[in-house]
Amino acid sequence: MSIRSIRFTALAAILGLAAASGVASAVDISGAGATFPYPVYAKWAEAYKAKTGDGLNYQSIGSGGGIKQIKAATVTFGASDKPLEAKDLNDSGLVQWPMVIGGVVPVVNVPGVKAGTLQLDGPTLASIYMGEISKWNDARIKALNPKVALPNLAIAPVYRSDGSGTNFLFTNYLSTVSPAFKSKVGANTSVEWPTGIGAKGNEGVANMTAQTSGAIGYVEYAYAKQNAMAYVRLKNSAGKYVSPEAAAFQAAAANADWEKADGFFLILTDQPGAASWPITGASFIIMHREPKDAAAALAALRFFAWAYKDGVDLAKQLDYVPLPEKVVKLVEKTWTASIKSGGKPVWQGK
Amino acid sequence: MNTPAVALTGHLRREARTERVFRVATLASALLVLLLLAGVICTLIEGSWPALKVFKWSFVTGERWNPVTDVYGALTPLYGTIVTSVIALVIAVPLSFGIAVFLTEICPLWLRGPVSTAIELLASVPSIVYGIWGLFVLAPILQHSVQPWLIDHVGSLPVVGALFQGPPFGIGLLTAGIVLAIMVLPFVTSVMREVFRMTPVALKEAAYGLGATQWNVVWDVVLPWSRTGVIGGIMLGLGRALGETMAVTFVIGNAHRISASLLAPSTTISAAIANEFAEAVGDLYTSALFALGLLLFVLTFAVIAAARFMLLRLERGAVKRK
Repeated sequence: MSIRSIRFTALAAILGLAAASGVASAVDISGAGATFPYPVYAKWAEAYKAKTGDGLNYQSIGSGGGIKQIKAATVTFGASDKPLEAKDLNDSGLVQWPMVIGGVVPVVNVPGVKAGTLQLDGPTLASIYMGEISKWNDARIKALNPKVALPNLAIAPVYRSDGSGTNFLFTNYLSTVSPAFKSKVGANTSVEWPTGIGAKGNEGVANMTAQTSGAIGYVEYAYAKQNAMAYVRLKNSAGKYVSPEAAAFQAAAANADWEKADGFFLILTDQPGAASWPITGASFIIMHREPKDAAAALAALRFFAWAYKDGVDLAKQLDYVPLPEKVVKLVEKTWTASIKSGGKPVWQGK
Repeated sequence: MNTPAVALTGHLRREARTERVFRVATLASALLVLLLLAGVICTLIEGSWPALKVFKWSFVTGERWNPVTDVYGALTPLYGTIVTSVIALVIAVPLSFGIAVFLTEICPLWLRGPVSTAIELLASVPSIVYGIWGLFVLAPILQHSVQPWLIDHVGSLPVVGALFQGPPFGIGLLTAGIVLAIMVLPFVTSVMREVFRMTPVALKEAAYGLGATQWNVVWDVVLPWSRTGVIGGIMLGLGRALGETMAVTFVIGNAHRISASLLAPSTTISAAIANEFAEAVGDLYTSALFALGLLLFVLTFAVIAAARFMLLRLERGAVKRK
């Protein structure tokens, strides 16, 4: 083969590729943001592309990056684990809504304590993470667990070191139930922990907890379930002890008062209801009220509508919790009311 | 038809043109690097300006790093970066020296190839693999065997004891230092081996001829001759240790706290950036992370400058002695 013919073949191949990709991606929806929902967005995108031919290019660069990119309008939608406040949304001409639900589960490594046997309430959990309760046989833990034999063992709190939605939900919950935690530590994607060690990612926290006798950590629900970790039952705002299960997360989302939440600014921690898991949270989608590219915005909304309706099973397979139906209705109403192009709603029911 | 003379001038002219193009190309490459460097500095300064304006010097001297109240001080990451790098060098430099001497002076020829290749392979292992290995293999060993022993036997000694106290978590400054030591080992070893090998054989043979032992030859002939190169190799290792991110993030424990104990969790500049940048919401927070990057840049620059200064003084000393 001469050099010329190699060049020609290469050129033909590149042109061919370009043509092929041009045909396959009728519309390309672009999004960026949170890492927590990435697995389910990727799964949905794959199924959606197989069905409609429309592709989704989602970069899981983190919530902070997602918010920056949607504000700069370099993507069709941004995704964040931490909702933006109504004022911030209005100032930037944005609208947000919850897409998928997840939760955070405390896990322990205490000799003789199996999954679901240990019970804690919010203030006790906060005291542990502030270093005020340092032994497993502390009277305050014993009082909540009269039937469990607790050893005289130091508690080693393990936290997520990387900024994450998991951290935000966990610290938001502890701040909600414990005024002391709120004033000393506060809620954010990263906080200044007064004690304990930081491990990177769910896998880091899980591994550190498994390795250290006396450790307590917290991981995403899907991670705790898939690895059969020794989870803790938590007391919710109704005073009932609940186990981390899909139904408990959905209960928290369903019992929350979405209608009154301005711009869907609602963090699902410590929600009412006897069955609600207290550390629940939604992952949010953020879009412009007046998108530059109305066609791309419509394609994205179609994808989300499809995911709410036909993506339920895929989400469940990955241990994500789908949004309750009544919330989905509210979200679709918001689309019609808020996202406009040339004065007309982009979303008209399909 | 051209006469030979004309053809020759044409040829010379072409050569001259090639020469010019070649010179311009090399100049452009060099300028490009400078331009990139200037770009990086500008971006870092611009990005970190808001945080530096608010915190001024307290950014470097402050120990608190609190994203909730927006108070940022970089003393802990700075401390962690320096301590882990020092631990890494304390372990890696003597080991590298031993390996390099063994490979150049003592090792039988048939073993030289395999050992050299093994060391070079260590350099090509991705840092994330070191991180995972450190977390899943090294940390449990340290946690269950090494650290309890250190706490019981060394922790009670005066002065040194303070370095080995507290609960054995398995991860922390010491673990990060050990993983870093393994990572910089191949770089320091390779440079040392090369400079040792360049020692003139005549010098060494003369020393042996005078009845010097192998130790005498290495310490009094090879090392003084290759001093500059050895320091260069150590600085290369130090540079790598200061900036290493992924492996350290896994095993340092990521806590913004300074404790005297080497067993305690801490954090480094690059680990803090890697951990927090993706989810950093808020201008001051992002800017503080940029400022951390700038700080690392300044630190690395200071290390290189110090190395240069040291080498300069060594050379002057050598000239004076002559």
